[in-house]
Amino acid sequence: MMDTLRQLIDKHARLPVAAGTLAPAQDLYAAGLTSFAAVQLMLALEEAFDIEFPERMLNRRSFATMNSITTCINELRPQALAS
Amino acid sequence: MCESCPTLLDSLIHKGVLIETGVDGLYGRSGLFEQIVDGFDRMISRTGADQAAEVLRFPPGMNRALFEKSGYLKSFPQLAGTVHSFAGNDRDHAALLDRLARGEDWSEKQEMTDVVLTPAACYPVYPTVARRGPLPADGLVFDLNSYCFRHEPSKEPTRMQMFRMREYVRVGTPDQVVAFRQTWLDRGKILIDKLRLPYKVDIANDPFFGRAGRVMASSQRDLGLKFELLVPVNSEKNPTACLSFNYHQDHFGSTWDIRTETGEVAHTACVGFGMERVTIALFKHHGLDVSKWPAEVRDALSL
Ligand SMILES: [Zn+2]
Repeated sequence: MMDTLRQLIDKHARLPVAAGTLAPAQDLYAAGLTSFAAVQLMLALEEAFDIEFPERMLNRRSFATMNSITTCINELRPQALAS
Repeated sequence: MCESCPTLLDSLIHKGVLIETGVDGLYGRSGLFEQIVDGFDRMISRTGADQAAEVLRFPPGMNRALFEKSGYLKSFPQLAGTVHSFAGNDRDHAALLDRLARGEDWSEKQEMTDVVLTPAACYPVYPTVARRGPLPADGLVFDLNSYCFRHEPSKEPTRMQMFRMREYVRVGTPDQVVAFRQTWLDRGKILIDKLRLPYKVDIANDPFFGRAGRVMASSQRDLGLKFELLVPVNSEKNPTACLSFNYHQDHFGSTWDIRTETGEVAHTACVGFGMERVTIALFKHHGLDVSKWPAEVRDALSL
């Protein structure tokens, strides 16, 4: 899943650096993620993993690191981890 | 308030302070109402006299192309008001009148014009300042005032669809802009103190649309980008934002490519004064009979 996630970040998060250079716990906002781009990333994640983030996950923190994103996805769709 | 009037809105209409139009959130204003608006407007001008602000006044409609580029539709599509007009031939005109007479939908030959109703007083200023090229070293301050439109019909008199917003807008470096917002947070409290209104200042978020908007709103709060000065008017529980203090970071700077003297993307902030909201808050707290308002409030408003 980390590979898919990195691809989506490269495509939608509009960071000045490649997602491959980022550690899973690294702050994406500090790396240049804007609120607008976080929303684009959220929509792309929903599409790619066939999930819908519930109300309680619709906040800034959910998209703060690759770890926090995988935690959300894992909770919503545990089998996505295998892909 | 008036004995037989169940709500503040009813009282204001009964007293002739606001004039009904048949549409919620769209009201006429009496001369007295306007005197209070003018008095508050002058208080703001006195408070901001040291800002060396450039006064600009735009009409309540803005260039649709600029509105589209502003990103407003990304965040608030539900609030936007676009101006449409008839574009058809004689036969279409006859069909329009026919449908009108039958009480049917007559919007078929209406086409979008180049005008969109201004959603916030500061929106037209960013493309204007961008066209001028890099900012001077001290940045710039603008003084704006415009009727604004937001499509949110409501029975709360403080939530109008068309209302006036006075603003000071700061464009400059992050330091300049953050200092400006702090200055106005302090000054806003002093202004409202002079009007003897109860208030609190709290962190806030804009009414971003949809699920994506939840993330935007959460970010805005976490980063402390928006504060509001809230006065209880309709209820204690949901007090009314009468002033707002907004730090946009580089949102408008990068959207419009506004550059500082040294070539960095400019940051912006604005302080907005809800002219009708403050006026209605005054009626709520000091009563419908302005002659009985506290002398210092009348003095401050030159009433
Ligand atoms: Zn503004």
